[in-house]
Amino acid sequence: MKELPQVSPDVLETADAGAAREAGGGGPTAPPERPATSSARLVATLAAAGALAGLVIVLVFGWANPKIQAHRAEVLRQAIQEVLNGPESVRTYYVVDGALSESPVPGADTINAERIHLGLDDAGEPVGYAITGQEPGFQDMILVIFGYDAETDRVLAMKVLESKETPGLGDKIFKDTSFVAEFRGAAAPLEGVKSGAGSGVENEVDMITGATISSRTVIEIINNRIEALGPMLDESGS
Amino acid sequence: MRATTPAEDFVRGIWKENPVLVQLLGLCPALAVTNTVANSIAMGLATFFVLVGSSLLVSTFKKVIPHEVRISAYILIIATFVTIADLVLAAVVPLIHKELGAFIALIVVNCMILGRQEAFASKRPIGRALLDAVGTGVGFMIAMLMMGTFREVLGNGSILGVPLFGDNFEPWVIFILPPGGFLTLGFILLAFGWWQERKSDTARIRQWPHGVATPSREEAA
Repeated sequence: MKELPQVSPDVLETADAGAAREAGGGGPTAPPERPATSSARLVATLAAAGALAGLVIVLVFGWANPKIQAHRAEVLRQAIQEVLNGPESVRTYYVVDGALSESPVPGADTINAERIHLGLDDAGEPVGYAITGQEPGFQDMILVIFGYDAETDRVLAMKVLESKETPGLGDKIFKDTSFVAEFRGAAAPLEGVKSGAGSGVENEVDMITGATISSRTVIEIINNRIEALGPMLDESGS
Repeated sequence: MRATTPAEDFVRGIWKENPVLVQLLGLCPALAVTNTVANSIAMGLATFFVLVGSSLLVSTFKKVIPHEVRISAYILIIATFVTIADLVLAAVVPLIHKELGAFIALIVVNCMILGRQEAFASKRPIGRALLDAVGTGVGFMIAMLMMGTFREVLGNGSILGVPLFGDNFEPWVIFILPPGGFLTLGFILLAFGWWQERKSDTARIRQWPHGVATPSREEAA
């Protein structure tokens, strides 16, 4: 007869503490009937524990949040450098009421406000805008940053900032270097084509076999953002 | 119920009652985030921290927590530790935190942790509860590492991101996808079960001469 792995009573006790102890025999007997605790005491215990837990979390958050924000800013800064091919300086604009403004709306949340970043070369000439955009992909939101030259209407480069796409398939949108390279210098609006089926037109991007939804999402994010922001960029660029 | 020695409390969770391989608890993280060794280690460490911290607190305050609201109190304690682990991971190792995503928050509902509080920490002195939590946490980490190594080597051809094979190795992608988690766990449980059965067979053969029908445990008792 097969033997089952032996699990000590500790593990089983959860289900039925009293019964297990009685069946065991010889061990400690079941605890005596507990007098009912007053509701006030129950509420007070949980409230005190909750208040303590809240305090601890606030303290840890106060320590961790600056580091988290600094990391986020650093990732964004590097991404801007990458998609604008290393500009000399970067100027940040806030999108306010359908126009670009150098300062945010007073009192607004500067971290989550919609912004775009203009890269300048060493002569002070604009090289392009770094624009972020996000849309739902196959698993979760895909957050993309891309460089866009408003004068020539071309995408400079693309980088995926956040995605939870399927490992081995959808994550090729940032792991497959040839897919990422497809975006370099592609003319807007982009058009996704089946891998290898392109006719060499400049706005074509070869999509990834097995990651159609993920790669199409990236293309759509870029097209939608250019469509939404394009008019503003043309105005301020000239 | 037999009394246990401190050493038994410690060793039990590591191997004989390994939470994942024997009790089959905590399978959600074991299946979901073991696709690379680095993720397995981070998840193992986070769970270890939460388990040890909550066992310590539950055991310390076992007299203060009224019986009626004990589960809510345990969850509150566990959730606090999970939030701390979440924030610390995000601040210290942001890349790994990004990979683990929602699964860190899900440590709260890891039944392995709640199980140790209810079955052990809430009834024992602090020292014993700590030993038990450390043992169980190490056992969990061993199981996570077994799965993570198996899956990363086969599914990605690497360990901790370092490629093991040449360019000719075609990664077995299914092993880093969700089905690979189930397959890997199945293989490991199979090997574990086979090993345990063989061990108990050997023990029986040693006890009884050849040709004698081996009685089952119940008959022998």
